[in-house]
Amino acid sequence: MDDFYRDYILDHYRNPRNFGHLEKPDVEAEDLNPLCGDTIRMELNVEGGVVRDVKFFGKGCAISQASASMLTETIKGMKLEDVAKLSKDAVLENVGIGISPTRMKCAMLGLRVLKSAAIGRLASWPDEE
Amino acid sequence: MTQTLRTPALDPKLARIIADFPILARPTSRGKRLVYLDSAATSQKPRAVIQALVDYYEQYNANIHRGVYEIAERATAEFEAARGKLARFINADMHEIIWVRNATEAINLVAYTWGSTNLRAGDAILLTELEHHSDLVPWQALAQRTGAQLRFIPADERGVLVLDDLDALLDGCKLVAIGHVSNTLGTIAPLDAVIPRAHAAGAVVVVDGAQGAPHLRVDVKALDADFYAFSGHKMLGPTGIGVLYGKRALLQAMPPFDYGGDMIHRVEYRDATFAEPPWKFEAGTSNIADAIAFGVATDYLENVGMDWIREHERALTAYAFERLSEFEPRGLAIYGPRDPAATSGVISFNFADVHPHDLASILDTEGVCIRAGHHCTMPLMNKMGWSATARASFYLYNSEADVDALAAGLEKASKVFKV
Repeated sequence: MDDFYRDYILDHYRNPRNFGHLEKPDVEAEDLNPLCGDTIRMELNVEGGVVRDVKFFGKGCAISQASASMLTETIKGMKLEDVAKLSKDAVLENVGIGISPTRMKCAMLGLRVLKSAAIGRLASWPDEE
Repeated sequence: MTQTLRTPALDPKLARIIADFPILARPTSRGKRLVYLDSAATSQKPRAVIQALVDYYEQYNANIHRGVYEIAERATAEFEAARGKLARFINADMHEIIWVRNATEAINLVAYTWGSTNLRAGDAILLTELEHHSDLVPWQALAQRTGAQLRFIPADERGVLVLDDLDALLDGCKLVAIGHVSNTLGTIAPLDAVIPRAHAAGAVVVVDGAQGAPHLRVDVKALDADFYAFSGHKMLGPTGIGVLYGKRALLQAMPPFDYGGDMIHRVEYRDATFAEPPWKFEAGTSNIADAIAFGVATDYLENVGMDWIREHERALTAYAFERLSEFEPRGLAIYGPRDPAATSGVISFNFADVHPHDLASILDTEGVCIRAGHHCTMPLMNKMGWSATARASFYLYNSEADVDALAAGLEKASKVFKV
């Protein structure tokens, strides 16, 4: 955790990418981390099964918001069916290691919401799969 | 990073207290001194309390109120002696002390027994905007069961209760539930002003003392509280044991809460009569070991002195305000009353745009334990417009060195987050 708050994490926290709302999202989902109240909403435009655009909206800690911000960059141009199959490693590769067990839900919130949007129902927590 | 910016000589009494808590001598996995600033969540336990648990299980583990053999008699005697200690601790009669799991269960007991028998549609229940979920949600459920309406004593922007409209709020009110001390802001409620006026309006008063009994000298007779609920684990005792105090006449008129063994007088196949209070409310085998150890915790508190604890926490809070104010130019905001005499060892704050969970994680790397989040007061957070706060809370074993460690941790957070 000492090393966790690197510059690019803080950059995504303070300048989140793809932050806001889409005019007409094709799929969307929203959830909160019941432990701390952090919220994330994901909105996607999908064309021919491929993610064309994505926006996220939310509030919370640097870990949850930066993880979500980085995910939006990862999935642009990805097939929706592949988004549905993303594992926790997709997040951990983005944010690096060093997340303590109690903060894992913060890191996984964005991915859970994204996968929920992709499959059209609430996805399980990626760290519990 | 150094743990302390200055190392004032410890008061000998404080040094002896710290030495009584084994956990405070254990370094964290990163080799840091444990700086425990989350006693409002749960307190640490002195050796004497831990030993009381071991003694019960090693020397006289037996069920109470039944066995006629030696260890059963000792278990019964120690269990009931602990009830006596708790009664003395809050100036009650021992027949007015009901063992429960915690303050939450105590409040639910009142809601399900006194509340369900005495409240009707159209009656009012008066709460405050500062209440912990445990002194809010049980009353929401009671209101839904009975058709009673909920009202709230407002809090101002500093978290101080505003009593201007109290008489109007009390009109038609059958029950008032009020926290002695706010777990989020540390505000001490003006019970002396509220309770007499509530009684004059014909209401019964339930005090949520979860944050009061650990820190302030409580005299239920002087307060004239009808019910007073508190938890052992926040006042040096074990988890899983708490107390509901209730005035004897009220307890006698109330129906039981749980039904079963130990709470009966005489049982036939189709009917039963019940024991006298407090046993009427203690169905099944009680939490014997934890009740006995809770009694030992109150011995410890009495021995240190509740007045000493109050003054110690007041002085620490004043020092913490002083140290935290150094960070105000960098965006640190302190919530709640800024007057150490108006609060009880709790400071809620936020540091610039550092989310409290991130702040707590950074402080954790320095061995400093604080709370981050909504502190089980989501409506208060929404009202104030805070999504979350960081909270440091003090108890008898904290020192100025702990406050210095908090300040050093804030310096680290300031560097990491560049604020």
